[in-house]
Amino acid sequence: MKTESRLERVLAGGHFAVTAEIGPPKSASAKGIRKHASVLKDYCDGLNLTDNQTAIVRLSSIAAAVHVLDEGGEPVIQMTCRDRNRIAMQSDILGAYSLGIRNILCLSGDHQSFGNHPTSKNVYDLDSVQLVRMVKEMRDEKKFLSGDTMKTEPRMFVGAAANPFGDPFEFRVVRLAKKVEAGADFIQTQAIFDVEKFARWMEMVRDRGLHKQVYILGGVIPVKSEKALQYMQTVPGMAIPDELIKRMSAVKGKEAKQEEGVKICVEIIEQLKQVEGVCGVHIMAVMWERIVPEIVQGAGLFPRPRDFEPAEPEAAQAGDD
Amino acid sequence: MIVAERKHLKEIQGLVSDQDRILIVGCQECVTVCMAGGEREVGILASSLRLARSREGKPVEILEQTIHRQCDFEFVDELKDKVEGVDCIISMACGVGVQFVAERYVDRWVVPALNTKFAGGTKEIGLWEERCGLCGECILYLTGGVCPIARCSKSLLNGPCGGSQKGKCEVSEDIDCGWQLIYDRLQEKGRLDLLFEFQPPKDWSVARDGGPRKVVREDVML
Repeated sequence: MKTESRLERVLAGGHFAVTAEIGPPKSASAKGIRKHASVLKDYCDGLNLTDNQTAIVRLSSIAAAVHVLDEGGEPVIQMTCRDRNRIAMQSDILGAYSLGIRNILCLSGDHQSFGNHPTSKNVYDLDSVQLVRMVKEMRDEKKFLSGDTMKTEPRMFVGAAANPFGDPFEFRVVRLAKKVEAGADFIQTQAIFDVEKFARWMEMVRDRGLHKQVYILGGVIPVKSEKALQYMQTVPGMAIPDELIKRMSAVKGKEAKQEEGVKICVEIIEQLKQVEGVCGVHIMAVMWERIVPEIVQGAGLFPRPRDFEPAEPEAAQAGDD
Repeated sequence: MIVAERKHLKEIQGLVSDQDRILIVGCQECVTVCMAGGEREVGILASSLRLARSREGKPVEILEQTIHRQCDFEFVDELKDKVEGVDCIISMACGVGVQFVAERYVDRWVVPALNTKFAGGTKEIGLWEERCGLCGECILYLTGGVCPIARCSKSLLNGPCGGSQKGKCEVSEDIDCGWQLIYDRLQEKGRLDLLFEFQPPKDWSVARDGGPRKVVREDVML
């Protein structure tokens, strides 16, 4: 085991892992995060805290992760390359580890033109592949990017994203391979609606043997109506089959549509379980976090494995820095 | 070349609203090519300002001169005679030219008429595109001659990001994905192997991040 991450233990134990996303609020209150975490912690092996998702200012992912820890959940902080340079990133990674955070998902980040501060300057000192390598070397070699050494390393379980639906399609697997080579331990994919296209991508992943080198968690999004699907069809890097929109449109009534949305999500998870090399599912129920337990139960993924020893507390290291 | 675009007349008018004797200076280099600040544009701006000011009942005296290069004191010095007769200079050069003029004529009020945009080229008449990020350490040999610093919205070195779709950037359908261009170019050349290699973090200290830059060539100094 590379880290004390609970998520790593679940995956290494061969269990089909479940992670979900909690979007921190656009305010200074932790109430919602705590509420979601207290419910979701029993249904998930990791809870992702988004990092100013879609470039909209939100409560920081690391702060949100501490609230999740307080509620007994296993946080996965997301870190984008958009807002921090290598100095701030390394500093935040040390800080996050010191607070008890054991998982990090390294992302490029949505461009700031999407968000509520489109006139801001971006950073992109590093890209996501370089960020993965940096976190890995901090952990395994106790080295900062500069080559300076540290005494106590941040032992992070390192994640990266993959988009099986982005272009150029043939290059997507190469990019995954680069992330794996850079040191990614796990992958959370873009939301999958087109399972067939995803399966084609996984075939290429298996051809390169990547599924044996990295844990791949397929991303899913439960939707409440066809409107959400229609919107996502316009989002770059998303693939939404027309049949799904037709299927949702055919259902009448708000509640019935929501039930259908959950059903579709559960069906996709069932299909993902059958795809060789998929080690888990990442549920992105944006603004609908409370639905996650129903999906996890519906997909037959509850209860979550809890039979392993709790992580050993960090040995006290006097005078340690 | 440096590509620039003229500010709106209203803005320029505002910048010189309290000036009565103005010299408008054009530049025969890049801004002539991108049709923003050459002799022709100097004439147009001068006429427009004169007309606008006389309509306001505040006539203005405007002199015009276009020099070979505003980023070179040798040519900036040619303005001397005309500068004597004015209080204000409107420079129609890029930001470099404006600064060279302001530096030479410190007792005159110097204002820019252009917004300096980028280092780019003429794609077709009336269309100029950014091509160079001026990062100080060229890596075009790695990317088939397509610059990821200037042409990827996130300046990724191990791109493309997940937002690339159908050859377009997530920022806008009007922007080609720089990494799709790189991919296509290298595929044509049979050099996709270049993309398999991990590109380490860039040394930004040789870019603008290292502070204002200088190039010193003692061998050519007089």
